[in-house]
Amino acid sequence: MNLEYLWQGFSVTLTAQNLLIGFVGCFIGTLVGALPAIGPINGIALLLPIAYTMGLPAESTMILLAAVYCGAEYGGRISSILLNVPGDAGAVMTAMDGYPLARQGRAGEALALSGLASFVGGMLGAIGLALFAPLLAGLAIGFGPAEYFVLMIFAFATLGSMVGSQPVKTLIGCTLGLMLATVGLDATSGAYRFTFNEPELGDGIEFVVLVIGLFSVSEAMLILEHEGRGVTVIRELGRMTARWTDIVKSTGASLRGSLIGFVVGVLPGTGASVSSAVSYTTEKRISDTEGTFGKGDVRGLAAPEAANNATACGAFVPMLTLGVPGSGTTAVMLGALMLYNIQPGPMLMVERPEIVGGLVASLFVGNFILLALNLPLVQIFARVLTVPNWLLVPGILVLSIVGVYSTHASVFSIFLMLGIGMVGWLMRKAGFDMAPIILGFVLGRVMEVNLRNALAISGGDPSILFGSTICVVLWILAAAVAVLPFYLSRRSRRRQQIAASTAS
Amino acid sequence: MKHLFGATLFGAVTLALTASANAQPSKPECLAGAKPGGGFDLTCRLAANALLETKLISQPMAVTYMEGGVGAVAYNHVIGKRGSDGNLITAASSGSALLLAQGKFGQYDETAVRWVGALGADFGVLVVAADSPYKTLGELVEAYKADPSGFAIAGGGAVGSQDWMKASLLAKSADQEPKSMRYVALEGGGAVLTALEGGHVKVGSGDAAEMVKHHVAGKVRILAVMSPERLSGELADVPTAREQGFEIDWPVWRGYYVGKDVSDADYQWWVQAFEKLATTPEFAKEREARGLFEFTLVGDAFDQRVKEDVARFKVLAKEAGM
Repeated sequence: MNLEYLWQGFSVTLTAQNLLIGFVGCFIGTLVGALPAIGPINGIALLLPIAYTMGLPAESTMILLAAVYCGAEYGGRISSILLNVPGDAGAVMTAMDGYPLARQGRAGEALALSGLASFVGGMLGAIGLALFAPLLAGLAIGFGPAEYFVLMIFAFATLGSMVGSQPVKTLIGCTLGLMLATVGLDATSGAYRFTFNEPELGDGIEFVVLVIGLFSVSEAMLILEHEGRGVTVIRELGRMTARWTDIVKSTGASLRGSLIGFVVGVLPGTGASVSSAVSYTTEKRISDTEGTFGKGDVRGLAAPEAANNATACGAFVPMLTLGVPGSGTTAVMLGALMLYNIQPGPMLMVERPEIVGGLVASLFVGNFILLALNLPLVQIFARVLTVPNWLLVPGILVLSIVGVYSTHASVFSIFLMLGIGMVGWLMRKAGFDMAPIILGFVLGRVMEVNLRNALAISGGDPSILFGSTICVVLWILAAAVAVLPFYLSRRSRRRQQIAASTAS
Repeated sequence: MKHLFGATLFGAVTLALTASANAQPSKPECLAGAKPGGGFDLTCRLAANALLETKLISQPMAVTYMEGGVGAVAYNHVIGKRGSDGNLITAASSGSALLLAQGKFGQYDETAVRWVGALGADFGVLVVAADSPYKTLGELVEAYKADPSGFAIAGGGAVGSQDWMKASLLAKSADQEPKSMRYVALEGGGAVLTALEGGHVKVGSGDAAEMVKHHVAGKVRILAVMSPERLSGELADVPTAREQGFEIDWPVWRGYYVGKDVSDADYQWWVQAFEKLATTPEFAKEREARGLFEFTLVGDAFDQRVKEDVARFKVLAKEAGM
């Protein structure tokens, strides 16, 4: 395997100017990630015009944007843990076990441990990107519509374990997400669905609008409501280093999360929100033998955090090798390349190896910078969140509105977000979980489009869904993850019974 | 009363500006009806960079974004809120004309704005995978005729989109009903390439600029360009559809419009600026850098073209059973 491009990349990355740019990008990225209303796309979209007008060369701009992207995946965990508000879409699952840990007074430990998991995910993702880019690009091409559809079936099968204590409410949430995903221009027929002749709804409900509405706005309402009863946001950080036993305990989860995250990242069209969900539910299936997930299990914290960082790296594989964006953020970065008159595509690695190599090398360097920013200096970022509630709630709302407006430049989107936030608030008061809605929304759109495209190729013959090796393997995996937990829980129950009977 | 005063004041200002003989816009702005990074953004940046580089404007042109309905939201915004703003041009493409023809821009039709000019174009292409047995458009049409159900055609848009229209022209050339075509609607040209390389579809419908690199890299083969004459540069050796005996033209022009109530003076300023711009070498460089081919049409000629396109698309859509 020819790694010439990578060494060339390091010589680009390790110049004083590009190191400084990388550091600035990491800092802004962590900040952008930590703030609930703004995600990596917003950060990159805001920085791109500045970098371009400053006259930075293409490789420096790509290093800056990649640093912001990866920094945001690190920073997203901070508000997930301390506020129970995901800092960006990939950190939704981090709140599941991170917030309970923080409520137990172990916020500092949770931040340190998830920082380490992010580092593991980021480094393994970067290594994967550097080594396997040519190989994985070939695998990604094997994924046609039928394969994607079965992949989504697999994803939904892994979500089965989320149907925990409230199966009906989870299913209602998931169905609601699927329904919301159908709003807007139908990608196959070109017809408008459920838009009520409102052009603003033509592109459907934007992910940012839904996420910020469901999480930020409803959270702000809940904080306000609880304020009167004296319940506050987590401000006690506790000890700031991770316990050695927790690190050992979560190593397996971090490694599995990295692997899942990287593979999901490589597949175009699926991003950190999918990978963190799949890795969390997979980890829950594998490790949650005592029912501690969701109550502050370190493995449930490490898995999605490693996954979303590995996904950020994996998303660069199709972007750099095929010119196909693996996520919304890499789509914006492709736009940045075109701004520099560089046509992304299979020729990029041949024509401009310094850009590809510089970006990959900067991920290695950036992970060390981010680890330094996110372990000893995490308190500085956490301080952003230690402002009092009377300041925090308006702050969250303002940032939500700015975030939505900066992404979509539409007042309609702001009202839609506030409306969704109100509905989300009422649903949360009624005991609904928001995550299934998001998952149904994200997976539903990919699943519907690919099923219809697969059937368009075969002329309506469903046998295409079983037609390739990838499909068959995915069906078997989907069946396995759907059935296995029942088998495992029955076996463990039987063991408990045996243990109980021998004890008596 | 206040409103009336405002209107009068505005009128006076407009008059004053007009009086100073086609003054250049004080705050030039280009509105892109999509997210940053897309085709409308590219269209806006072409005008913004080239106008500033050639000193036709002294203030940098701001590029603003208003996504929604592939330009529908921006179209309604310009008509409703900024109908008389002479500073603002809005990016459009032949895709906008198609959506107007299909009534997808809401209650307004193509006469609700003033069309200023087009500064470049891309052209439709039909592509097959590099290992495909078909070397010419004629071979492809014959094979399609023999086994229409064996040909899945992918395009970067929904049924009724430009890519679908191009595919339907192929189907019509093979005496097939466009309605019975196995058309796979993917998200953009990148997805079409992946589907072709992965062998999931046999034919791809797209635009020259997005396919040229992959053609040169030997990953796909462009069978025909849908332009009246051969394209320059790396596609010079690819024959046109016309050369191969198929009357298929599909230019994808990129242009601009202003509001209906923009003064004639402001409108003429933009038209003349575009005319001057199109003759400069700086502009030619900027246009080529964005993968666009020469296609300059300004003022009344462009206005005429848009109206013809809308009428033509209406006929095509009807024929295709939309």
